[in-house]
Amino acid sequence: MIPFLKSTAAIVWKDIKTEWRTRENLSAMLVFSLLVILIFNFALELDLRARESLAGGVLWATFIFAGTIGLNRSMAVEKDRGCLDGLLLAPVDRSAIFVGKTVGNLFFMLVVEAIVLPVYSFLYGISVFQPGFLLVVLLGSIGYSAVGTLLATMVVQTRTRDILLPILLFPLTLPVVIAAVKASQGFIQSVPFAEISVWVNILITYDLIFLAVAIMVFDYILEE
Amino acid sequence: MITVKKLVKRFGPLTVLRELDFEVNSGEFVALLGPNGAGKTTLLRILSSLMRPTSGFVQVASYRLPSQGAFLRAKLGVVSHQPLLYGDLTAAENLQFFSKLYSIGPDRIPEILDLVGLLPRRDDLVRTFSRGMQQRLAIGRAILHNPSILLLDEPHTGLDQAAGEILDRILKEVALEGRTVVMTSHDLLRSAELASRLVLLSKGKISSSVSTVDLDPVDLVDFYKTGLQGGQS
Amino acid sequence: MLDKPRLLTGLDILSALMVLIAAALVFFYAPVEQLMGQVQKVFYFHVATAWVGMLGFMVAGVAGVLYLRTEKEKWDIAGLGAVEISLVFFMVAIIMGSIWARPIWNTWWTWDPRLTTAAIVELIYAAYLLLRSGLDDPGKRARFSAIYAIFGFFSVPLTFISIRLVRTIHPVVIGSAEAASQGGFNMDAPMKTAFFFSLAAFSVFFADLLWHRIRMGKLQSKVNQLRYQSYEKES
Repeated sequence: MIPFLKSTAAIVWKDIKTEWRTRENLSAMLVFSLLVILIFNFALELDLRARESLAGGVLWATFIFAGTIGLNRSMAVEKDRGCLDGLLLAPVDRSAIFVGKTVGNLFFMLVVEAIVLPVYSFLYGISVFQPGFLLVVLLGSIGYSAVGTLLATMVVQTRTRDILLPILLFPLTLPVVIAAVKASQGFIQSVPFAEISVWVNILITYDLIFLAVAIMVFDYILEE
Repeated sequence: MITVKKLVKRFGPLTVLRELDFEVNSGEFVALLGPNGAGKTTLLRILSSLMRPTSGFVQVASYRLPSQGAFLRAKLGVVSHQPLLYGDLTAAENLQFFSKLYSIGPDRIPEILDLVGLLPRRDDLVRTFSRGMQQRLAIGRAILHNPSILLLDEPHTGLDQAAGEILDRILKEVALEGRTVVMTSHDLLRSAELASRLVLLSKGKISSSVSTVDLDPVDLVDFYKTGLQGGQS
Repeated sequence: MLDKPRLLTGLDILSALMVLIAAALVFFYAPVEQLMGQVQKVFYFHVATAWVGMLGFMVAGVAGVLYLRTEKEKWDIAGLGAVEISLVFFMVAIIMGSIWARPIWNTWWTWDPRLTTAAIVELIYAAYLLLRSGLDDPGKRARFSAIYAIFGFFSVPLTFISIRLVRTIHPVVIGSAEAASQGGFNMDAPMKTAFFFSLAAFSVFFADLLWHRIRMGKLQSKVNQLRYQSYEKES
């Protein structure tokens, strides 16, 4: 267990360090998120009433689009200089590579969310800083990053790697999107928790199932 | 050190290695030669546990592959024609990262950087390095954990004359430390100079093998050509 | 291997006969539903094709697991075949559903959980085929698509539950008063006979198609092998 955690931590540390140095990925995700919100603002004419009822959907669409950019890039960096081979050649459990990359991607997604949410709440006067809402953001991002990291590892090995990730990822993460949007919306509109809990449960179920399946099948993606 | 028997590797309908037998003794420096598509890289990737054989017996450093690949990796260093390094980390940081993955302390890092002649540039980003410097650092990365076996896949690709010579000097030093080395190459002269044995791979099989001690450089091209013809018959 | 198995020919004939009989039962044996009229006939084949789509979906998931465990090519071909069949039959089911929905609900498309889930399976399987076409190494292609099919297998039920929690207007056919008001109906005995016979007929049809597809896939890979062998002899 200790070597597993150590190598996972080393991979996360490496990803954060390179990102901190270039900030390429984070700034791209961030600018992209703000642009998506801008487009939604005009496309949906987010007036006072619409703001309340659409906030959950607009936010999650933003997170998901931004997340795709980050995921693709995070695995492309590993593939391009053969770094993935470098990781595979190390005496490290393959699932540590998966968990490390997932935690890194999750971290970047959370950073983007931590910036987008205050901006959004500032622009539209919506209170998002409730523990329940933040829990939903965390749970949704975990499931999305886990499945996204796994699929991105497959996608970078294909010929069509620039276009394939969202096509593979979006239909599989629909339960996350539906549940996260509904739950977020519930918290924003101060619905009693009893009505929201079912969505939180779906998120937890999704996260557990897909983390387990992803860890089980990750080996098969890396061997040749 | 390395024993391969009746190794077959197929990619769908395409057969790359066909019942290949290959043996490397401890401390040998073997150069694998052969035309493009002969299966050199495939063989090396199988020996390095990155690729699974379709069938056949593969044993490296007393570990059976692919089942015991995880144990082998701690004793194996690999240099490929890609550097396997992160461009946005410095030379020292790259080595630090890999030393964590290999669960070894950072003590060897300055020594390694010195060996490959990159100590003065230890804090520069790898992406600013020339191809030759990257390849030297790649060798440093590969011997970081003091592996007993070193596998090199065309390490000279893309290097100019001077960089190639520096690389040769490092390779000789590394090999002198009693390591078993297998290197694929297209460069006959260089291979003859570095290696203790030349092995010719043609159409997925070993077609001939010769010790460089008995080999006159003049006969080198003959060895290559007759070897290839032998493989075709 | 080249000869077509006798059993397969038998299955061809059986499935053709059963589908014909099912059609006869639907059009001549089962009575016309009182409220909906002739359009209700579409229901028998709508459910049967959706059922085949479901079978394909299940087989694809199971074949994915079996492929990863055994690495046998036949499970890859079976998975691909199941996906292709599922894709076609869900498409037919969706179109028939629309034909039904137009007069009954006064709209071609409803975001009903079953219909929507079928559409999402279509998208997942379209992505599956795109993933396959982006991979050249057959081993990698088989492994990646097996994994993707397994992921779909786990994700789709959760999607279905989620959409169902959001809304439902699909009729719950085995009738209740509420269902009747939404376009549901009570099936009398001849209707039930036609319904279950259609399901059986299409299940046999599915098995027949899948068998053909697997056989075709095997022949295809044999042809590829022979082609490479002849290249090698020439060179």
